[in-house]
Amino acid sequence: MYRSHVLVCGGTGCTSSGSHQIVEALQKEIDKNGLTNEVQVVKTGCFGLCALGPIMIVYPEGSFYSMVKPEDIPEIVSEHLLKGRIVSRLLYNETVTENGIKSLNETNFYKKQHRVALRNCGVINPENIEEYIGTDGYAALGKVLTEMSPDDVIKCILDSGLRGRGGGGFPTGRKWQLAKDLVKGGQKYVCCNADEGDPGAFMDRSVLEGDPHVVLEAMAIAGYAIGASQGYIYVRAEYPIAVQRLEIAIKQAREYGLLGNNIFGTDFSFDIGLRLGAGAFVCGEETALMTSIEGNRGEPRPRPPFPAEQGLFKKPTILNNVETYANIPQIILKGADWFASMGTEKSKGTKVFALGGKINNTGLVEVPMGTTLREVIEEIGGGIPNGKKFKAAQTGGPSGGCIPAEHFDIHIDYDNLISIGSMMGSGGLIVMDEDTCMVDMAKFFLEFTVDESCGKCTPCRVGTKRMLEILEKITNGNGTLEDLDKLEKLCYYIKENALCALGQTAPNPVLSMMHFFKDEYIAHIVDKKCPAGVCKSLLSFEIIADKCKGCTLCARVCPAGAISGEVKNPHTIDKSKCVKCGACMEKCRFGAIVKK
Amino acid sequence: MKSLEELKAIRDRMQGQVNIREEDADSLRIVVGMATCGIAAGARPVLTAFSDAVQEKGLKNVAVVQTGCVGLCQYEPIVEVYSKGNEKVTYVKMTAEKAKEVIEQHIVGGKIVTKYTINSEKIG
Repeated sequence: MYRSHVLVCGGTGCTSSGSHQIVEALQKEIDKNGLTNEVQVVKTGCFGLCALGPIMIVYPEGSFYSMVKPEDIPEIVSEHLLKGRIVSRLLYNETVTENGIKSLNETNFYKKQHRVALRNCGVINPENIEEYIGTDGYAALGKVLTEMSPDDVIKCILDSGLRGRGGGGFPTGRKWQLAKDLVKGGQKYVCCNADEGDPGAFMDRSVLEGDPHVVLEAMAIAGYAIGASQGYIYVRAEYPIAVQRLEIAIKQAREYGLLGNNIFGTDFSFDIGLRLGAGAFVCGEETALMTSIEGNRGEPRPRPPFPAEQGLFKKPTILNNVETYANIPQIILKGADWFASMGTEKSKGTKVFALGGKINNTGLVEVPMGTTLREVIEEIGGGIPNGKKFKAAQTGGPSGGCIPAEHFDIHIDYDNLISIGSMMGSGGLIVMDEDTCMVDMAKFFLEFTVDESCGKCTPCRVGTKRMLEILEKITNGNGTLEDLDKLEKLCYYIKENALCALGQTAPNPVLSMMHFFKDEYIAHIVDKKCPAGVCKSLLSFEIIADKCKGCTLCARVCPAGAISGEVKNPHTIDKSKCVKCGACMEKCRFGAIVKK
Repeated sequence: MKSLEELKAIRDRMQGQVNIREEDADSLRIVVGMATCGIAAGARPVLTAFSDAVQEKGLKNVAVVQTGCVGLCQYEPIVEVYSKGNEKVTYVKMTAEKAKEVIEQHIVGGKIVTKYTINSEKIG
C-alpha cells in the first residue's frame, strides 16, 4: 500500500504540454530516493484546468502543482514526497494565500463546480478497472441486474429528468422507453455517440479519457433496460488516447466478467464493440453514425423511421451521447430525486462545458443547470485576458448561436438558450471579446459546415455554399443591404429543407449573430468598415506623421517592404504593397501607426 | 464477475486506497515528522505503518501526512494527531509497532495511548 498518491493528468491537454515526461521523471526520481513502495504515481484523466498544464496533485495533502516542468521534479520529490515540505512556489497560485494553503475545492475555478459526469476524471487511474470499482463502479449495474426490472430502470431515468447531453435535449428515459416498447423482443442495439466534432468541444473526450468504464457500465444498464445484448461505441479516430483507454477498459471489463455472458450470474449478457469514425462531422448525426457503423459511407437518412424503431441494421436502437451515459450510474445509485434536485425546472442535473476562446481558465467545467453565464465566465473561467471587454459567447458550435453581453446573466439551461436563438449544444463554450468580428465569426462557422456538408441534400450542399459567398462578399467590402435580406431568406430556407440536423442548424450562427449584431453587418456594408478591425479587406494602416520619429523599426519589421522613409523623418506606408499583418503597429513605440 | 459479493470485495479493498484522494477539511490528521532528524531516527517505517493501517482498515476522514522538524529532535520519530475540537496529541519515539497500537486504541478506539505521549517523557 502507498502512503502518498501523485496524480498526474494524462488527458489530451496535459499530454500535449508534456505530462508524459513528468510521469517518467517522477518515477525515476521516486525510485532514486527509495520511495518506490511508498509513493504511487497515477496517470489520470482531465482535471479541468487545461490552461495550466501539466497538472499534478499530491495526496493526502491535496497539493495542486500547476505548469510543472521536468526540472522541478527532483525538488518536489526530495522536499515534498520525502520530507513533507510542500514546494509552495510551484503550487497553483490560487491555492496559496497569506494564511497558508487553500484547498483546491475553495478556489474560484472549482468552488462553483459540481462534478457528476466528471466525478472520477482526475481522481482515478482510467486504465485500472479496480480503481473504478473502488469508487462504486459497476455497483449500479449490479443493482439494476439484481434488484430492478427494466421498467424500474426506465422509470428511474424518466423521473430523474435527464435529457440528452449531445445537444438535442431529448428526454433519455423516453428514448429508452420507445426502444423497449415499440418493437417487442428480437435483436436490439445500444450505441454511444462519441463522435464529438464541434470546434472547441472536448467534454466527451475528457470523460472517455478519464473514466471510460462509466460509459461501459451505463451502456450495459441501457442494454438491460431495452433488451439489447450488443453495444457499439462510435468514437473519432482523432481521439487516440480515448480510443486506447476504451480498448483497455473493454478488455478489462471482459476479463472481470462485467461484459460478456451471464453478468453477475444473471441471464443478462452484454458486449460492446468499438467503431472508429474517420473524422466526418456529419457522422455525429445519429442516422449517419449508424450508417457508418454498418460499414457504409456516413450519410444521414430521413426520419421517421426513428432509430428506436429502425436503427442500426434496421433493428431498434438507442443512441446516447457520452456525457448522458456518464450520468446514468449515479442516477441509479443515488436515485432519481437526487438528480432532479439539481438544476432548473425543465433541465435537471449538471452540464459539462469546454471553455475556450478569450478566457483565462481554458478548460473543462461542470456546473449545475441554471448557473449564469456570468458565473461560468467571470468566476469559474477567471474572466477575459488583458482586461478586454466581453462581447459574446458562442454555444452549440456550428449548430448553435451566440449569447451577447446583454444576456450575460442568463441562467444556462436548454429552454433559456433556445428562447434567445442559441442552443445548449454539446457543451463547447467559446468566449469572444471586443476584438472579435461577428461577421468573420459567422464566416468561420459556415466555412466549417460547407467543408463538412456530406452533399446528400441540395439545401445544405449548395445553400451553405451560397451563404458563405454572401458573407465573403460582405467581409470584402462588396456587400449590399439586399445581400442581408437574401442571406436571411436563405437561412430559413435551409433550416426548413435540409435533410438532417447538420444542415437544419447550419444557419443558426449566422441568424443569431445577425440578430444581435446587426450594426456590425451594416457597418461592413454601408461604411465599409470592420468595427473590430479583423476583416483585412476593410482595413488600412496609416502612419501619423506628427507622431513618427523616423526610428525605422516599422520598416525593418514589415514583411512586404511596404514602409519607406528617411531616418529621423516621418515614414509612409505604400497601401498597394501592405498585406495588413499589423506587425508595424505592434512594434511602433510611439503609437504612430493606426488601424482604420 | 459471477456475484455481487465479488464486486463488493474488490470495492472494499480498493476504497481504502482511493479514499486517500479525497479532501476533507474536518478529517483527523496524523502528522509524522519527516525532517532529516526524523528520517534518521526511523520515521519512514512509522509513516508507512500509519498509512497502511488506515488504508487496510478503510478508515474514513483520516489523513496521514508528513511535516518537517518539530524541534525536539532527540524524541524523534514524533507523531502528532490533530482532530477537530480536541487538543493536539504528541507521540514520541515512535516505531511501526507502536503505530499499530496508536491506530487500534486512539484512532479507532478514541483512547489516547498515554504511555507513548510526550508527557510520559521527562523533558527538561
